[in-house]
Amino acid sequence: MYKLRATILKDLLILTRDKIGLLSMFVMPIVLAVVITALQNSTFELVNDNKVPLLLCNKDTGEASRQLVTAIEKVGIFNVKQLIAGKSEKEISERMHKKDALIAIIIPNNFSAEMVLKAKDISGKALTEFGMQADTTGPVAQPMEPVTLLYHPVLQESFRQSIKGALRSTIQLVESKQVLKSLYFSINEKQLPEQLENDILNNQTGILEIPISRDGSRKIPNATQHNIPAWTIFAMFFIVISLGSSIVKEKLNGSFVRLKTLPTNYLVALLSKQLTYLLVTLIQAALIFAIGIWLFPLMGLPGLNLPQDIAGLFLVTLICGWCAVSFAICIGVFAQTQEQANGIGAVSIVLLAAIGGLLVPSFAMPDSFKTIIKLSPLHWCLEAFYGLFLEGGKLKDILINILPLFAITAFLQLAAFAGLKRKHLV
Amino acid sequence: MSKYAVAIHQLGFRYAGSAGDCFQQLNLEVGVGERFGLFGPNGAGKTTLMNCMTGLLSFKEGTIELLGQPINQNRKATNQLFGFVPQDFSFYHELTPVENLAFFGAWSGMRKTEIKKRTTELLEILDLSAVRNKQVQKFSGGMKRKLNLAIGVIHQPKILFLDEPTVGVDVQTRKAIISYLKELNSNGTTLIYTSHQLNEAEELCDKIALIDNGRIIAHNALDKLLLEYREIGLEGLFIQLTGKKYTDL
Repeated sequence: MYKLRATILKDLLILTRDKIGLLSMFVMPIVLAVVITALQNSTFELVNDNKVPLLLCNKDTGEASRQLVTAIEKVGIFNVKQLIAGKSEKEISERMHKKDALIAIIIPNNFSAEMVLKAKDISGKALTEFGMQADTTGPVAQPMEPVTLLYHPVLQESFRQSIKGALRSTIQLVESKQVLKSLYFSINEKQLPEQLENDILNNQTGILEIPISRDGSRKIPNATQHNIPAWTIFAMFFIVISLGSSIVKEKLNGSFVRLKTLPTNYLVALLSKQLTYLLVTLIQAALIFAIGIWLFPLMGLPGLNLPQDIAGLFLVTLICGWCAVSFAICIGVFAQTQEQANGIGAVSIVLLAAIGGLLVPSFAMPDSFKTIIKLSPLHWCLEAFYGLFLEGGKLKDILINILPLFAITAFLQLAAFAGLKRKHLV
Repeated sequence: MSKYAVAIHQLGFRYAGSAGDCFQQLNLEVGVGERFGLFGPNGAGKTTLMNCMTGLLSFKEGTIELLGQPINQNRKATNQLFGFVPQDFSFYHELTPVENLAFFGAWSGMRKTEIKKRTTELLEILDLSAVRNKQVQKFSGGMKRKLNLAIGVIHQPKILFLDEPTVGVDVQTRKAIISYLKELNSNGTTLIYTSHQLNEAEELCDKIALIDNGRIIAHNALDKLLLEYREIGLEGLFIQLTGKKYTDL
């Protein structure tokens, strides 16, 4: 026991005297968590709270285009800047290149007239279907000239699709209104009463959004709740840089030769490193959680809500930390040089984070990745943390994530032991 | 108790993947209390033999006994018998001498109070007391050599293996180290020493062995060997027995 205590003390002293190592283990993950959360939060606010600048050029003077403009303004996510009708597509593009707006809509000049014709055509077909006489006088409807949506290439595909969806809804609304008016006029030979128009078109059934949770709470998850667990796991696994290279350094320098000639098994050194760095991972997690709870609100970011099952959170953090330490030891045992340990360690963590759903949500990954995801320990750590932080679950609810994590940890420990045995180090 | 500190019988060793044997049926005995020097040209097998004797390399043929105990049977017990001072600085540069000695003392199986007492004693003898709480990375080469030696002897081993213990140090430090080694020997510690500094070897060793191409080509008391080969110094004897050609090309 005294040997183990002396070794832990030695490891702690070396660790605390390595200023760069401390920086990479504590400061960098904190900066990462703050920056990513702030960025994701601002994107979240951009979509939900702030309005997206939109240039609107209405080349038409009719009622339908005015209705469309009003409907676009009512969507609520756009800050509409109307341009004079004579602006060309090129002039609009130039303003977009200056980042006045990332999207622009051009309503063609015959929009209203074509819309009326289209509505008359549809209502005529409907009347014929009802067995009634339709008015077939006047010009025949032709395919409408489309509404143009200009977008800046930096706009992400998902964001563009949601804007396109919103625009499609507003056009649909205007079209429906025109068809309804035309149909009403054909039957009653008088204008559609405003009250009835409102009752039919503006009386949509609402959507109630409820996040499902195991504890019955209805807190809406925010960017902090998503990011803090993810980047805490990332920080824990990034100790591979410090721990992996520390093992290689010890193997390569003279002290290791001397250790092998002393009457103590090298497993004591490995156990000491495991305990020391497990403590480091727990401190990392406590620090990042504390920053999420207390510092984020002061920075204008949403605060972190800890799960109800604090004991479960501690246990999950402990297991994630142990898995991270086991991974780092494995890298340290098999790497021949510090450069190998640092390079392989860092790249493998980024890869495991990517396939584990830390960088891209796992539900958005292609089917071919579904099996590979399960090989990443970071995936199981994230699922366990999300089970507590987002779903409000308890330890028993996330056992299904903890068991694979145990299996991966056991495999890493056995692999490290086999590596040491092969090199006659234990 | 065995009269030999080290007894090697019929040792055969070959590095994995190597075409030839390093040693074939090598025999060597070092008596208890001797100041034994192992010399030879580069690549002759000195370090390999030292590594076999300290258990750093495992061998399949022959036996090596330290004070009568086979080293590959109960490593924990045999490792307790000897100390090792490698040529490389074998300690933690981020730690102080006190912290290094505390750690290596614990790994040598010593108790806390014992380590404390011995640390004070060793730092005093080797003139390192003034820097006992300073980080080793700021030390001069000579101070590091002395600490390297202190760690090797903290548990008062019966046999001390020394690989180039004075390389790269000034005359004063070298003399201090040699003087301490002689003192250790006079207190009963067997010294097994290897170096390329033959003047120093002459000063320290009372018995030597010359090794070349994995074979012991001479083994006796230094004065007897000089007489036998009609040489006045170890350097002449070395050249006469191992030749003038470079061997590590």
